[in-house]
Amino acid sequence: MTYDLKLRVWRGDASGGALRDYTVPVDDGEVVLDAVHHLQAREAGDMAVRWNCKAGKCGSCSAEINGRPRLMCLARLSTFERDEPITITPLRTFPVVKDLVTDVGFNYRKAAEVPAFSPSAAQPQAPFKMAQIDVERSQEFRKCIECFLCQDTCHVIRDHEDNKAAFSGPRFFIRYAELEMHPNDDGDRRQLVQQERGLGLCNITKCCSEVCPEHIKITDNGIIPMKERVADVRYDPVRFFRRRQGNPS
Amino acid sequence: MQPTISGTVLLAFIAYSTWAAFANSDYFARPYISPFYSPCLASICGSARAGSQHVSAPHVGIFGPWWAISPAILVLIFPLGFRLTCYYYRRAYYRAFWQSPPACAVGEPHKRYSGETRFPLILQNFHRYFFYFGLIFNAILTYDAVVSFRSTTDKWGHMGLGTVVLVVNAALLWLYSLSCHSCRHIVGGRLKHFSRHPIRFKFWGVVTKLNSRHMQLAWASLIFVALTDLYVRLVASGTITDPRFF
Ligand code: SF4
Ligand code: SF4
Ligand code: FES
Ligand code: FES
Repeated sequence: MTYDLKLRVWRGDASGGALRDYTVPVDDGEVVLDAVHHLQAREAGDMAVRWNCKAGKCGSCSAEINGRPRLMCLARLSTFERDEPITITPLRTFPVVKDLVTDVGFNYRKAAEVPAFSPSAAQPQAPFKMAQIDVERSQEFRKCIECFLCQDTCHVIRDHEDNKAAFSGPRFFIRYAELEMHPNDDGDRRQLVQQERGLGLCNITKCCSEVCPEHIKITDNGIIPMKERVADVRYDPVRFFRRRQGNPS
Repeated sequence: MQPTISGTVLLAFIAYSTWAAFANSDYFARPYISPFYSPCLASICGSARAGSQHVSAPHVGIFGPWWAISPAILVLIFPLGFRLTCYYYRRAYYRAFWQSPPACAVGEPHKRYSGETRFPLILQNFHRYFFYFGLIFNAILTYDAVVSFRSTTDKWGHMGLGTVVLVVNAALLWLYSLSCHSCRHIVGGRLKHFSRHPIRFKFWGVVTKLNSRHMQLAWASLIFVALTDLYVRLVASGTITDPRFF
């Protein structure tokens, strides 16, 4: 059944903008991204929006719907009140390019800073066999679709622009965790992640885990295990002493 | 849990436990001892007030008669530190009391934010030591629960409602400790190769399961430890009599 939906969409660019009200006909069973497409086709042909798969797999259509960071293509209209307007704004943590499109370059710079996988010299390189139980651990993090909703919602940078330089963010903390947990990786990124990548800025309040569309347990399985690994090298006098004695941990 | 609810429960617990810890009376009713007063390290426990009488509560007199205030103060720092640095409680009180953040994607009222990178919050990194101390306390409280199967005249084979309370309390504290994130790391999380350490991997699996219930266990054990103190207090002061099963 078709009905009229009220949308309030943020329109503007880097120099400023405002919410604008629209009404678009939508069908039952559609998602917020459909409504945005109808809007684009009918009355706002110049509205900028980024999307690709419409299946929750490409991570392009991130926006804030009624103030909550979500994928527009996974937000079913049936979960909203029909007569209440739906407000759509661009990701707040990143600079606006135009309308709903933001410049997420911050994340690519943080990605480039991650020291790459460094295969252990002690093990045969190819073919490297990995047990299923070791694979599973990092596979959870590999589900990431880089929608950057976790980065957007994280209060460390959302509310504090000045922390951006020193903070990689939850998406990359799970990347560090994945490498640290890899059986054939010899790198040690524990000091780095604490001193230069801002792991200590995270106060484990779990908003990243709450918004992740892939349901990755970012905090429980990535950030907290990393904080514990950091404690091993930085805050554990017993292990510190043993290392001084020449016993590797 | 909603920050307002968790904040209220936390405040209620802090108020009750502060009062109970300073009360310095009604914490022992043979064979039951309040978890707030165990182990007792001061010799004043030798003549502990219970209602209108004085009873000899179990103690080791490391702190002699000169220690005149409540002996609970001597030990409470450990369970307190354990809970204060717990990853779950951190999340709860940062959100509820510090509003950092008040809720996800809701602006926080602070100008600057340094997370857990500076003193005092950098001390949160020492959580694992409180975990180790917590294990010692769990062992002592388990011992307390076991000896509560003795009657008022020290004969084995007694069981009253108080025994059940003490046993449940000890069990919840064990579950809370074992579901701890630091515990998960220590038993196996720190490994790179699960496949090379099958036994530790198994332990890690068990702790991981418990860990997913850490929040519930944190609340259950917190509330129950206060109820256990309250129960012993009511029996010791003579307000109620302990129903005896055998
Ligand atoms: S848990 Fe840490 S990384 Fe995740 S949103 Fe909260 S502060 Fe940011
Ligand atoms: S971790 Fe989750 S929320 Fe963050 S970028 Fe990846 S898929 Fe998106
Ligand atoms: S369009 Fe690909 S995730 Fe929404
Ligand atoms: S006791 Fe909660 S994380 Fe350790």
